[in-house]
This record gives sequence, structure tokens and C-alpha cells, in this order.
Amino acid sequence: MPFTPVILWTDALVFLLVFLMSAFIWYMRGNEHLLAPWRRVGHSASGMSALTVLVFFIIVGLLDTLHFRPALEQKNSHGETIYSVEVLSVLDLLLTPLRTNVEKTYSAPLATHLYAKETFSLPDGNQIRAFARLEYGGSHLADPDTEHRSDINLRIAKGIGLGLLLWIILHTLLCLNMARRTQQRFTRCVQSVWRRTTEIPWYAILITLGVILVAVGILSMLAGHYHVLGTDKVGQDVFYLSLKSIRVALIIGTLTTLIMLPFALLLGITAGYFRGWIDDVIQYTYTTLNSIPSVLLIAATILMMQVYIETHAEYFETIAERADVRLLCLCIILGITSWTSLCRLLRGETLKLREMEYIQAAHAFGVSHWRIISRHILPNVMHIVLIATVMDFSGLVLAEAVLSYVGVGVDPSMISFGTMINAARLEMAREPMVWWTLLSAFGFMFILVLSANLFADAVQKALDPRVKTRTPNSASAQENNPAPIPASASASSPANKSI
Amino acid sequence: MSALLEINNLRTILHTGKLPVRAIDGLALKLNRGETFALLGESGCGKSMTALSIMRLLPDAGEILSGSISLNGVDLLRLPESAMRQVRGKQISMIFQEPMLSLNPVMTIAEQLAEVLTQHFRLNKPAAQKRILQLLDQVGIPDAKRRMHEYAFQFSGGMKQRAMIAMALAGEPELLIADEPTTALDVTIQAQVLDLMREIQRQNHMAILLITHDLGVVSEMAQHVAVMYAGEIVEQSPRVHFFDHPAHPYAQQLFAALPDKKKRNQELAVISGTVPSLTQSFSGCRFSDRCHYAMPRCHDTVPQWRHISPAHKVRCHLYDPPSALIHVTRAPEVTPVPVMPVAQEQKPEPLLQVSGLKVHFPIHKGFFKRIVGQIKAVDGVSLHIAAGKTLALVGESGCGKTTVGKSILQLIQPTAGSVRYHQQELVGMERRRLRPLRSQLQFVFQDPYSSLNPRMRIIEILQEGMNALNAAPEFTAGTLAQTSAAPVFSHDTAVDALLQYVGLPKEAKWRYPHEFSGGQRQRIAIARALAVNPRLLICDEPTSALDVSVQAQILNLLKSLQSSLGLAYLFITHNISVVEYLADEIAVMYLGRIVEQGLTDEVISKPGHPYTQALLSAVPQIGKTSATDMIKLKGDIPSPASPPTGCHFHPRCPMAMPVCRQIYPEASTLSATHITHCHLYSQEHRSNHHEH
Repeated sequence: MPFTPVILWTDALVFLLVFLMSAFIWYMRGNEHLLAPWRRVGHSASGMSALTVLVFFIIVGLLDTLHFRPALEQKNSHGETIYSVEVLSVLDLLLTPLRTNVEKTYSAPLATHLYAKETFSLPDGNQIRAFARLEYGGSHLADPDTEHRSDINLRIAKGIGLGLLLWIILHTLLCLNMARRTQQRFTRCVQSVWRRTTEIPWYAILITLGVILVAVGILSMLAGHYHVLGTDKVGQDVFYLSLKSIRVALIIGTLTTLIMLPFALLLGITAGYFRGWIDDVIQYTYTTLNSIPSVLLIAATILMMQVYIETHAEYFETIAERADVRLLCLCIILGITSWTSLCRLLRGETLKLREMEYIQAAHAFGVSHWRIISRHILPNVMHIVLIATVMDFSGLVLAEAVLSYVGVGVDPSMISFGTMINAARLEMAREPMVWWTLLSAFGFMFILVLSANLFADAVQKALDPRVKTRTPNSASAQENNPAPIPASASASSPANKSI
Repeated sequence: MSALLEINNLRTILHTGKLPVRAIDGLALKLNRGETFALLGESGCGKSMTALSIMRLLPDAGEILSGSISLNGVDLLRLPESAMRQVRGKQISMIFQEPMLSLNPVMTIAEQLAEVLTQHFRLNKPAAQKRILQLLDQVGIPDAKRRMHEYAFQFSGGMKQRAMIAMALAGEPELLIADEPTTALDVTIQAQVLDLMREIQRQNHMAILLITHDLGVVSEMAQHVAVMYAGEIVEQSPRVHFFDHPAHPYAQQLFAALPDKKKRNQELAVISGTVPSLTQSFSGCRFSDRCHYAMPRCHDTVPQWRHISPAHKVRCHLYDPPSALIHVTRAPEVTPVPVMPVAQEQKPEPLLQVSGLKVHFPIHKGFFKRIVGQIKAVDGVSLHIAAGKTLALVGESGCGKTTVGKSILQLIQPTAGSVRYHQQELVGMERRRLRPLRSQLQFVFQDPYSSLNPRMRIIEILQEGMNALNAAPEFTAGTLAQTSAAPVFSHDTAVDALLQYVGLPKEAKWRYPHEFSGGQRQRIAIARALAVNPRLLICDEPTSALDVSVQAQILNLLKSLQSSLGLAYLFITHNISVVEYLADEIAVMYLGRIVEQGLTDEVISKPGHPYTQALLSAVPQIGKTSATDMIKLKGDIPSPASPPTGCHFHPRCPMAMPVCRQIYPEASTLSATHITHCHLYSQEHRSNHHEH
């Protein structure tokens, strides 16, 4: 075998998450009434555009989760294959030139020369200070001064062409599929997409997809020969770093939420529902936890963990495994310290809900406490959970950056937005300023968090049965008559006939 | 005399959905000085929009398309906003339905009044204070000098509405718009507020535009009545004419839908359907779809104004010249469908027996939550209900009616006393052992909007009880036998049968509660209670959130369910006319205790307790002009945390005697079925009491 698969702890959890999601979707497919609200997510143009962007992030994240150790060329004395100590992911493999093309130090985006002057010794013994050519960036150009701009323009044009080509192929496939399903002519389908009469706003998805594909096309054309987003202090490609950071951001965002949710849901709802001494205990617990500065708690835990890792180096075969365990720890500790605010919100909402008359009615039926919580209270606080977790998602990605700054974040060897920002912060003060590392981290995080927010917004609207989500074109007949059932007079009700 | 306010052809639309809603469509009215003009109609007819259009305070989505509103000959719609601000509060003021929401909680009453005064008059501080005191005295706030510096939360509901009126009067307006001013208040407080409004109108010679859905209030207050339906006025008349001969079929049907003692053994007339959506343009009469007299012409020709008498005009094709005959030989309103009196044997033992029920809520204070007092919400209530009978529990808000209902179901743990159902003691029973009994006693809540979980479909709502109690409605077996041959009994078919029973189509089960109107929701709530086959339904003001015509539907449903299923009801309400229509017995509650109990006829016709007398006389009644014989109660219900010594009612009682301040009266028997707790009657247990 040319490689051996490696499953890190976080990988396993991500696979579990993917598996649970698939199982959930499989279960939903069988139940039309459970599926209906999710169908309505598809009615929101902004939500679907956000989902398209998210899908790209998730694909990058998942590719980066498939880890392996490549085989080395030499074999050991027993003739067995030796595997490299370096753990790579499928994403690394795809981005190989980016990963391996390491320059000496800083270079600006799309540059052909380094960002700082260097001292050269001329053959005649004189020394001059000049901008050195980059080893890889623009190395195919014979005369960068004259060819540089035209080469970039040419490649951008090629990239746009490639992106558009891909887009047209996908568009055609979509419309062909629609034509096959609805038994309509192909042109009719194209028309209905662009007249916005389809149930799912395909036009919004296609526009987003078009923008993404053109961007992907341009980047793929340029990235082979230039450092599109420049290089960092040790000459690594910033574009590569940004793509690698996506996985860490997604993992911190999702795993932490998963760890925090059971605490917040269980404790918050129990406190609000049962009140009395249970409420007191839970309230004191989270008030106490809240009053300890969470950075201190995190720092203490991470440092303890670090000592443990260092004293038990034999447990970890590779550096990647060590870094991964530290990431998992960070997720857990962040989860444990961040449930309090959601818990407080849920307690308040539950206090309000438990006095609602439908809960009283359930009590009158002798419905068990557990069922009241799961059937009546949980669905009615879900919107808060959804909003809070997505808001937390961005907060957690930022917290990771802050913690890395303090030195208690992810392992320094692990590429993340936090380590990128941390590395970039000093360079902001330097003249001329190195702005691209920070800007790239900022841009990627911004797009990720914004699309997550927009998508959560659409989901929250769709899951609330009181909100109408259909587009005006497709629901003109229904709006006039919100309650088409006639309030039939009881003169016609069977109650009378049976007298 | 020229009219004070004249509205012509007013059209207001609301841009809420895709199509504009024509909230007011060609409204015209005239209001003279010193006159009370009532705008009557069900919810959603555009009454409040009219008021807001006059004030030019429409919501952002609203727009006045055309028309004129002239006050003293000045068209308000042409005034610039700055001039309009001088009109609001100075010439026109408004009082709103919810006094709790209309006052700013962080300003004292005096500060809020001063705000109005400084806006319209240049008064220095002492003068303003003097004027505030004068205003509060005028609206009858006791000890105004001290209370003017209190905050809104320190005022009771009636006091808040008085303060609101004082604020409205501060600008010395010529026109007062009162938008459902007493709907949120209790009857005795309502009587006080209406009385106050009449008094002030006489003093200030002010015109009142009264917006209400309550025919009784209109009858007591108004000189002129206009009936509004679907954005337009359909009938306009002086009060006397209107109440003697309502001309429009809508008005007639509203009258027929009112519950009343005389209609006890018949069904109430209902107005089928709902107010039509105002997004459409009407080609015929707006009421034609719900009208009993609808003719082909009604559907395609818009009716014009017809004068029945000089001041009485109506918009209805029935009064078109060719068919004037119909006017004279008007068909009887609605053929009353007699409901058979329930021919049930009187069971000797009552279904439910409550004795000495007490529910006290402790008041905690301080860090260690020491108990510093008790709120005695229910303080020794005894009552019993026989199978198939209705007991009405009547009282003002805050007297503990709802707590009684909930503690019978053990939703609130009683502090003391016993609740026996079929000789089984419910108080203190284990949760597990109580469960089988839960199916026997069910609850119908007041607000159909909060009693159904918005995230559950109707089928899930209805099946919840069946699944939890493993019970199913008995009657479905019978219904099923008729409708289908399938003997297979499942919860699914039970849901269909239940929906049919309460008059909803089967398809309704796949929907969510928000897709239904208030009346339909209340039907669903009743169906949910019926799902577990109860013997006793506790109905907590089930119709108070509904319009008159919908209320009639629900009352009919309850009545027919009682006669077909033999249900017993504990009917908790403050609406006396509903009680007269529905109840067999009445228990009147005041501050946690029952003060009078007896058969409906006895209590209504010969009320013994002064509180019952006052309560009954405070109910606005149609045909009763101004309340001359009304017994006016002073003040509000005292706090149940510190009830007055002796008889709880003595501070408000017009007939209080010295003994009332010291000893709580024992029961006095007025007849075999009629008892009251009052010192006016001989105290049979008194000697007994002293021995203790």
C-alpha cells in the first residue's frame, strides 16, 4: 500500500457527526410531515445561497479530514514499507504544489519578488541590496517586469473561462434533470429558473455557484504559478494556510457546540421547568462558573494537558496526533465554559413556557414530565438554540484566535485562523505593512460566519410553522385565505344530529 | 348646530400582504357636540383603524387614500404634521383598551400628566401641579395628592383607566375617542368607568366616539349607533330606534347571538362564516355570504343607503323600495332550534364534591426566602356538581375562580380541603394513582391562542391525551358504526370523529393551530378535552376572548355536548348573560370565598348578597337606559394577601354594619338550594360558631 489511513480523534468525531446527519436525513425522508419544514428552507433565496457557500467550505473541511501517512521509498530491514511520520490529508495532496512551494519569507500577493530587500554578493565581490526573485512565484517568467501583468491577465481570463464552462455544464445538467423529472422541455426549464418561478430559488443558487466557480477557476489558474494571497514569514503560501484553517474553524465551531448543547439544554430546561431547589442548584452552578474568567480556566486546563502530552510522548506516534488531542481538549474546555449563557436563556424561556396553557393542558392529561419537556418545551425553544449556536459559532472561531494569541490555543504546529492572525499581528506594525495574512484570515472567516448566519436564519424561519416562507409567485392563491376551513355553524355539526 | 366631527368617504388601506387590505372603505359619519356616538362591530371590521385615521396615527403600513375628516370645519387630513400635534391631545384625545400598556411604567402619573399639560398649555410648575390634582380629583382617584406621585404599577386596573381618562382630559378636548375603554375591566369597574365618562361628558360638554363590540355598553352610553361591517358602516341610527328595531340583518343576528336567560332552552343564533377578507373588492353586499335573507341581488349589486326613518338609515337590499314589504313582514330572526331539556335522573350523589378548599401561596422575602405572609387565593370554597349539570363560578378577576378550577384538577396543589370525585379523594393522591382519574376531569382554557402548542399539528394535539392516558372517546364507537363499517378502533379514527363532533372537517388534523381562527381553535381545545372521554369539563372563561357571534357557536357546542354526552360543567366566568343562558346553578365568589350559591333563577332574580346585587346591576343591559338603579361599588377588590377583617366585602358594601367589620358571616339559608354569607340574613350557625 502506498499509504496507511490515519484516523485522529477529531476525525472520528467528524465522521460520527456526518453519519448521524445522514441517518437523520434518511429517517426524515420517510416522514413527509417532518420533511415539509425542511423543504421550506429551500424557499429562501439567501438561505440557499448561503448553503451553496457552506457546502464548499464543508467539502474543503471534509477533504482535510481524510488523513493518511504516505509510504516512504526506502524499506526497513524486514522489507516492510515504512510510512512517513508526516500525516497528510487528501486536501494536502490536492494542493501539493502550494504546500511544497515554500519561499524564503514574506512576499505580497501575486508577486514575483520578495517583499524585503536582500543583500547579494556580486561575482565581482561587490554587494548590492535588491528584491530577490521568488523561487516559485512567477518563476516561469523570463522578464517579470514586462510579462508579469499580461501573464496574470491571461490567466485570469482563462480562469474565468474555465469557471464559466464548469458553470454552464452544471446549469445544463440541472435543467436536464429538471426536464426529466417534470416532463417539460429543456428550454421551459431554463426559462422557469430565470423567471424565478421554481419552488427552490435555483437562480440564487446558480448565481452564487457562478461566482464561486469563477473564483475557483481564477485561483486554480493562478495558484500553480503564483502565491495568490502572498506568503507568510516562513514563506508558506497564505492561500494554502487559509484553506487548511477551514477544518479547524469548522471543528471548533461544531464540536464545541455539540459538547455545550447537552449541558445547556438539559440544565436550562430542567431549571426552568422544575424550579424549586433544582433551579437553585443549577443557577448557582452556572453563576459560579460564569464568575471565573473563562480564559483562566482554559489556560489552566490546556497547560495541564500540555504537560501530560509532553510527559507521555510515547502515546503519540506523530506530531499531528499530539496537535489533534490538544484541539479536542480545547473544544471540550470551550464547550464546558460556554454553555452558561445559552443555559440562562433557555431557563428564562422555559419559565415563560411552563405557564402556557398548553403545558397546563398536558398536565391535566397526566403527560409525563419527560414528554412535556421533549414534546412541548424543546420544540418551542429550538429557535433560541439555533440562533445562539450560530452566534456562538462565530464567537468560538474568534475565541480560538484570542486563545492562540495568549498561547493556550491550538498547537502552534496546527494551521488555524487563530495562529494566522496571531502571526500577522506583529507585522501590522511594520513598515511597509504586511496586510495579506490578516486580510485572508479575516475574509475567509467573514464568509464562513456570514453564510452560517444566513443559513441558520432561513432554517429558523422554516421551522416555525407560523411564518410563511413561500415566494410570492408560487403562493398567490393561498395568501388570500389563511383559514379556508369554514367556521361551520354548529347547526350543521353532527353533535346535533345525534340528539 | 354644525357637526363637531364630520367624516366623508374615508378610505384607509393597509399594505401588509401582497394585496392592500381595505381596512376602511368609504366611511362617513357625523358627530355633534356633547353627543356619544358608538361604533359597533366585531373584531377585524375596521373600528380601531377609524379611530387611528382620525388621529392620523396609523401604523406605517397604513395609508389614507381619500376622504376628509373635518373637525370644526378644518380638514385634519390637510393639516401639516406640526399642526396635527396641536390637535392631538388638545382637541381630540384618545383612551385605549389596555390601561396597563398605555401608561409608561417608569414615570409617575403626575409626570405623565404634566407632559400633556406642558405640551398644550404654558403652565408653570405650581399651576401644573394644581391642575393635575384637579384632574385626578375629577376622575375620582382617592387621595389624589399623594397618589399622583406614584407609578402606574401601584395603581389597580380601574385606577389606571381613570388615570388614562385624566390624561385624555388634560388637554380639555372637544372629542374623546374611546377604543374599547372597558373591555379589559371587570363589570363593577366597567360600571364605574362608564359612569365617570358620562359624568365628565356632561360637565365638559364633550363629544365621545365610543368604539366597542359590547351591545350592552352601547345601550347604556350612546345617543347614536353605527354598525360597522367589513370596513363600512351598514346601519346608522339613534340608539332607541336601533335597539327597538335593528334593521340590518347583521345587527339582527348580533342580537340573536347574545346569550340570554330567555334563550335557555334553545340554540343561540349564529352568524356562519367569518368576516370576509378585506383584500378583495366587493361586487355586492359584504354580508351577503353570511346573511339569512341573501337574495341574488345581494351578491352582484352594492346596496345603497335607505332611510327607514329620518335618522335611521341602513345599507341593505331588503329595504329597497320595491321590496319594502319585507321590511314590514320581517321573518322572525332565526328559527330557534329547541334543545331538548336533558331528561336525566337526578343522581343522589354529586359527581364532584369540593369542601373547604384552600389554596394559599406563600410570600417569600429576603435572602433566605422566609415566608412573610400568605396570599389566600382560595380560602375555604365548598361546592358540588351533579352529573350532567352546569355550575357557574362567577366573580371578578383576582377573586380566585381560576385557581379553584386548577386546584380541582390538582394542577395547583391545594393547601387544605378536599376534592372528592365519585367519593375518591383527589387531594394528596399520588401522581401515578391520579392518572387514571385525569381522563374524567378535563379543562378548557380561556385563551385559545396560548392553549394550543404552535409547533404541534392538530392530530398530535388531539392524540396527546389519548396516548398519555390510554383512553379514547367513548362516543366515537357509536359514530364510527354509523360512518364506516370498519370496527377497527384506533386513535386515528377517533381524531376524525372528534373533529366531526366539534364541527371541523377531518382534513383539519394535518394543520397547525395558527391556521385557524379563534373560534375554531376553541373548538379544537374542546375536542382535545373530549378526547379522553371526561365526565366533567372545567371551562375557564372559554368565550371571553371571542366575538359575540363566535361565542354563540361555542356556547351552542357546549350545550349540545352536554345534552348528548351528559357532561357536567364547572363554568368559570364573569359574564352574567352567559351564566343565565347556560348554568343550572351559580356560585358567586369574592376574594377567595363563595358569598352566595343557589339555582340560577334564584340568584339572578333574588340576589341575596349585596355583592351579587351590585354585580348584577353593574352588567350593562340592552334596553336599560342610563343606570339609575345601579348599585355603585366603591373602590377595587382588596389584595388577597391582606383581606379585610370580618366580612371581606364590608369596605365596599353599601349596607355595611358594625358587625360586618368583625365577624365573617356564616351561611344563611334563603331557600333549600340558596345560601348566602351575609349578616343581613339570620345567622343560623352563629351560636355554634361562638362555642368554638
